[in-house]
Amino acid sequence: MIVLVQTFVEPRDVTVKKPLVDRVLHSVVTSGALTSLVILGAIAGFLLYRGLQIFGDMGFGFITGSRWEGTGAEGEFTQYGIAPMLVGSLVLSLIAVVVALPLSVGTALFVEFYAPAALRRVLISVLDLAAAVPSVIYGLWGLFVLRPLALGWSRALNDYLGWFPLFSVDATFFDGSPFIGGLVLAVMISPIITAVSREVFSQTPRDLVDGARALGGERWAAIRHIVLPFGRSGVIGGAMLGLGRALGETVAIYLVVSIVFQINFQILFTGSGNIASMIALKFGEASAYEVKALLASGFVLFVVTLVVNLIATRIVNRTARKAVS
Amino acid sequence: MIASSTDSLAVRPQRPWRRSIGARLTQVVSAALVVAVASLVVLVTPLAGIAGIALVGIPVQIVVSLARTSRSTAAARRSEVASSLISIAFLLLMIPWLSIVYTVVSRGVDALYWGFFSNDMRITAPDAELNTGGISHAIVGTLMMILVATVVSVPLGILSGVYITEIRGRAKNLVRFIVQAMSGVPSIVAGLFIYSTLVIYNKSYSGFAGALALAVLMIPTVARTSEEVLKLVPEDLRFAAYALGSSQASNVFRVVLPTVRSGLVTSAILGVARVAGETAPLLMTAQYFVAFKANPFDGPMASLPAVTFSFFQNGADNAVSRAWGASLVLLGMIAILFVLARLLSSGRRRRAR
Repeated sequence: MIVLVQTFVEPRDVTVKKPLVDRVLHSVVTSGALTSLVILGAIAGFLLYRGLQIFGDMGFGFITGSRWEGTGAEGEFTQYGIAPMLVGSLVLSLIAVVVALPLSVGTALFVEFYAPAALRRVLISVLDLAAAVPSVIYGLWGLFVLRPLALGWSRALNDYLGWFPLFSVDATFFDGSPFIGGLVLAVMISPIITAVSREVFSQTPRDLVDGARALGGERWAAIRHIVLPFGRSGVIGGAMLGLGRALGETVAIYLVVSIVFQINFQILFTGSGNIASMIALKFGEASAYEVKALLASGFVLFVVTLVVNLIATRIVNRTARKAVS
Repeated sequence: MIASSTDSLAVRPQRPWRRSIGARLTQVVSAALVVAVASLVVLVTPLAGIAGIALVGIPVQIVVSLARTSRSTAAARRSEVASSLISIAFLLLMIPWLSIVYTVVSRGVDALYWGFFSNDMRITAPDAELNTGGISHAIVGTLMMILVATVVSVPLGILSGVYITEIRGRAKNLVRFIVQAMSGVPSIVAGLFIYSTLVIYNKSYSGFAGALALAVLMIPTVARTSEEVLKLVPEDLRFAAYALGSSQASNVFRVVLPTVRSGLVTSAILGVARVAGETAPLLMTAQYFVAFKANPFDGPMASLPAVTFSFFQNGADNAVSRAWGASLVLLGMIAILFVLARLLSSGRRRRAR
């Protein structure tokens, strides 16, 4: 026997050297994957490069200033500051998230825990489709359908709750207000928040939910004490993703909100706007120098949404990891 | 009850958690009554519209659910109220979405006639009669840009997915991070980027520039979905291929990718659906053009979202009708893409089982 083994099993080389095709595959796939990195870097790089002159000329006033004047060449009494649009972006998106978040979480819970199984599958498809409805359609709908209704709501809010600082206005002009724009954005981002929340809720360990029910807990008890704590960070992450989407929305805001270059904290009062819609508004007839200012604004928007989105994905991933462990 | 259950020996399966038909009926009837009461209140008081119904209906519904559970424990009462609120949240969100679909369809059909799909706007003013002109140029423009964007972005997106799931290289987390960061890039920023490079360099708007802007927005969607799909490939398949002596390259191209082919098609379709309606980036890259044109390198090019926007800006009744018509075509296109994606992915799941 021993002799047999010695004759038949000769020591052989185990190669760890990859064949040529694998090395080609690795380099192709790696370069393909890293193209995204190059693109992202190029976006930041080019916008910064074209806008650098503006940052130099306007200094910090580009962020804090609230005047956008002069369409001529540089130095010809031009003054560019995006503070009103920066504030407008935040106000509009915050209204959107405040309105959309509770409704979306409720809808996610309904789809996941209340809807019959057959309806659930349909609703999930509807949610996906709603998230892909083009923003120009949300904008047109907001303008023609929601705006007339929202004008009435604005008036009512102001009449009955005007004593509350949030709903007070200097003059009773309600059209094109941050409130109306925020509502349109809320309808727009609610599919995203709902989809992310539902996804996270569905990862709740089923045993825990069933256990709670078996202990005699009502449906709400299981949701309140198990599903919501489990999904909390996912919901927050979904809200941040919605916030990111709302911050960068262009056409819907352009169509619904009266873009006014003045910082406006009165949410029912005419006039607001966000950076993206301002870029779309000014882009058509901008001089070469003004275009640079718009590209610089684009860079600011890019940085803001990047930060919001990175925080959001970090939070969502934390829940995903919790589900695995 | 006790007597009857001890009498019969056979144990019938019971579903004590299941709501009886009577209980469900009561719930539906009480909900209908609440809406009726709310509508009545709205009719006789200055409150108006759907907001009025909601404003009255929600408190009434809460009172009703409290009343129905008045003899139950506090926990049951809380659960009932919570159920009401959750259902109300769902209804409140469904109303705008249904309203959007209804509005687009009901206003869009006015503009539809056969010529709408075969004519362009080169000799027709936007506010001309609705039986003249059409949006064939925009449909072709959108299809053309989507085609170019798909050709550019789908390979890149799939390569990202393959890198994460197959190569599993050192930069795996970096690639995933970049994809996530990219998915948050606002569409107008993608437009500005292409404008600040390609359009300024060529000194001309073009359909190709528009397509590249769309590709930037498409890559993260394709990359993320294809990563999800590739993760579903059983590890055993890869091991089996290696055990048969395959190289990683033939493993990827002959085993892994063919296994999830329909899933990859789905990821491409979802990417297309994501960008088909983008308006802002196209306005600053492909601009808008009134005539039929199939060459994406030849100056400004029309697209469905841009044509919608431009019709709307005209302001005249007929032009606005045309805008709704174009929206309807766009929405229909996206819905078809979604149904395709869903059919493909459900086919895959059935085969896997």
